[in-house]
Amino acid sequence: MTMLLQTIDLKTRFRIPEGTIYAVNGVSFHISEGETLAVVGESGCGKSVTMMSILRLLPTPPAEIVSGRALWGNRDLLRLSENEMEQLRGREIAMVFQDPMTSLNPVLTIGRQLTESLRVHLGMGKEDAAQRAVELLEQVGIPDAAHRLGDYPHQYSGGMRQRVMIAMALCCHPSLLIADEPTTALDVTIQAQIVELVKKLRDQLHMAVIWITHDLGVVAGLAQRVMVMYAGFVVEEALVDDLYEDPRHPYTLALLAALPRVDRRRDRRLKSIPGAPPNLLVEPRGCPFAPRCEFAIERCRFEIPPLQPVGGTHTAACWVDVTTGAPR
Amino acid sequence: MNTMKPAEPLVVVQNLKKYFPVTSGLVFQRKTGEVRAVDDISFTVERGETLGLVGESGCGKTTAGRTLLALYPPTSGHVTIDGMDVYAARGRDLLAIRRKAQIIFQDPYASLNPRWTVDAIVSEPMRVHSILPDSKARSERVKELLALVGLSGRLVNRFPHEFSGGQRQRIGIARALASDPLFIVCDEPISALDVSIQAQVVNLLEDLQDRFGLTYLFIAHNLSMVRHICDRVAVMYLGIIVELGERDELYDHPLHPYTRALLSAVPIPNPKQDRARQRMILSGDVPSPINPPPGCRFHPRCPLAVERCHQEPPVWREVATGHWVACHEVSG
Repeated sequence: MTMLLQTIDLKTRFRIPEGTIYAVNGVSFHISEGETLAVVGESGCGKSVTMMSILRLLPTPPAEIVSGRALWGNRDLLRLSENEMEQLRGREIAMVFQDPMTSLNPVLTIGRQLTESLRVHLGMGKEDAAQRAVELLEQVGIPDAAHRLGDYPHQYSGGMRQRVMIAMALCCHPSLLIADEPTTALDVTIQAQIVELVKKLRDQLHMAVIWITHDLGVVAGLAQRVMVMYAGFVVEEALVDDLYEDPRHPYTLALLAALPRVDRRRDRRLKSIPGAPPNLLVEPRGCPFAPRCEFAIERCRFEIPPLQPVGGTHTAACWVDVTTGAPR
Repeated sequence: MNTMKPAEPLVVVQNLKKYFPVTSGLVFQRKTGEVRAVDDISFTVERGETLGLVGESGCGKTTAGRTLLALYPPTSGHVTIDGMDVYAARGRDLLAIRRKAQIIFQDPYASLNPRWTVDAIVSEPMRVHSILPDSKARSERVKELLALVGLSGRLVNRFPHEFSGGQRQRIGIARALASDPLFIVCDEPISALDVSIQAQVVNLLEDLQDRFGLTYLFIAHNLSMVRHICDRVAVMYLGIIVELGERDELYDHPLHPYTRALLSAVPIPNPKQDRARQRMILSGDVPSPINPPPGCRFHPRCPLAVERCHQEPPVWREVATGHWVACHEVSG
C-alpha cells in the first residue's frame, strides 16, 4: 500500500493569557491509501487538534505548531503557503465535523452550499453543478434528492445533515476523509446508518478515512488500525483486532474495562479509572497517565515513555509490560 | 438491590400524558397544534429498584421524568410517589413529595448556579425543606454529603466553574441527596461525561443506592450502561412505551422490532464480534411528534409492518411474566 500521509513529531501549543496549553506533544502516525485509521481519546486528548494542525485550520495565534512535519506525497503540509493549502483542502483531503447543525450555513439552501464547492473547486457551470449535487445527495442516501436541493438546513434532520456534510466532503473525490466525531451528536440508530454509509463509500471510492472518536465501540467494526491518544500523546497503536484482544497500554486496558457491554449479562462492578485527565497548562514531565495508572513505577513520574514496538506492528508508550507488570 | 420489598410500588404512573402547545403569531398567539411528547404511558417503580427509561432523542423520556415529578404540569394522568398523589398535592404536601423525590440533571454545566458556592448549592434543599435550621449544622452536613460523593470538604467555598464535568455531576448528586430522598430521577447523568469518568459516576450511584436503599428512574440513551445499572428497562418511541421487561429478559429476548433494531445498532467493543453481527438498520428518521403516524407509531420504519399496523394502535399487553410489549406482530 502506498503511504498517503505521514506525520512526524507534531507539537501544537496554544498561548493563552493563563499560560501555555500543551495540546499535542510529539504525535507521529501514518495512513496508507484506502486505509481506515481510528483515533480514539477523551475530550482534550489532542485528537482533533492534531488533525486541525495538519490541515492548518487552527487560528495562529493563539495556536502555534512548534515542530513537526506532515508529509503528503513529497510535500510538507506544515510548510505550504496558505494558497497551496486552500487548493489542497477539500480537494485532496476533506473533513467532516462533529456538529452538522453548526457546520452548515442556516441561511443558504442545501443546493447552494453543495454547488458552491463544486463550482469553486472544480470550476463547474451552474447546471452541471446542480446535476452533480443531486447525484451526490443520492449517493449519500437522501431520498427525493432533486426536490430537496432547495431546502434549508433546518428542514433536514440531524442524520440527514450529516449525510449532506459527507456529500460535500466527497464532491472532489478526496483521497483522504477526516471525520471528526461524525456520529457523536446522533442517535444510535442513525449512527449505525452513517457508519454503514461511510464504509460503503470508502470501499466504492477507495478513499482513506481517519475517524476521530471517543467511543471504542464504534470503531471496532469500522477501522483497520486504531491509535489511542491521551493528553496530547499517542499512547498505543495497533491493528484493530490486536488492540481489543491484547491492549498493551494501561490506559487502553482501563478504558476497555470501564465499558459495559450491551451483549453480556452484568458480571461485576465497572472498573473505573480514578482521578481525571491532567491539566494541559503544565508542561508534561513524565507519563501523562501515571497519576491514574495502577501499574505506575517511579520512572513513569519523571521520564516520558516513547512509543515502542511490543510485537509486530503493535506499539505502546509505557515503561511497564502490562502483561507481566514488570518494568521494560 | 433491596431485600425488603413491600407490596406497594414506590412510584405508580398511570396514563400519563404531556402535550406542549405549538403556537403561531407574534403578538396574538394562536395554538396551531401540539407536540405529544408523552402520550399515555403507565409503569411502576418498585422500592429499591432501578428502572431504565431508554429511547432516542425526542422520544419523550426526559419529559416523562420531569412531568412525573410535577416539574411540568401534566396534560392528564395520575402519579403517586410513596402513596401520595403528586398532581393533587398543594403546599405542604407538595413540599413533602419534593423532599422525597429528587432529580439529577444531564448537563452538569447548566444545572448548577454559577454564582453560588458549593456550600450554597448543596445546602439549598436543606434550607427549603427546613431540614437543619442551624447554619453551622448545615455546613457540617454539606461536608458529609461531599465526602459521600467523593469530594473534599475543603471545596465548599469554591464555585462551579472551578470543577470538572465529573466533579460537577458529583455536586449535583450531593444536592439531590441533601433532602434524604427515597426516589431520584437520574436524567442522562453520564452522557455529558468522558468515558473514563462515566464508570466513576455509575459506581457512585450504585454505592449510594446500596447504602441508602434509593430507588432510581435512570433515563439514558446509552443502552450498554442501562443494561449494567438497571433492574428493569422500559423502551420509549415517539411518546409511548413500546416494551418493558426485566433487564436480561429484554436484552436477550427483545420482542418489539424497535427494541431489536435499537439493540442491534449499539456497537460492541470487540472487532470480531462486531463484524460478525447481524445488524438491523432502520431506514429514515423518527417522525415528528406533532403529527405522529396513525396506528402503530413505529410502522413507517418497521420491517415487519403489515396492513393492520397502519390503522390500529397495538394493545399494551403482558406476553411473559413482567415482559410487556405493544406490537401486533409479536405472538404470545
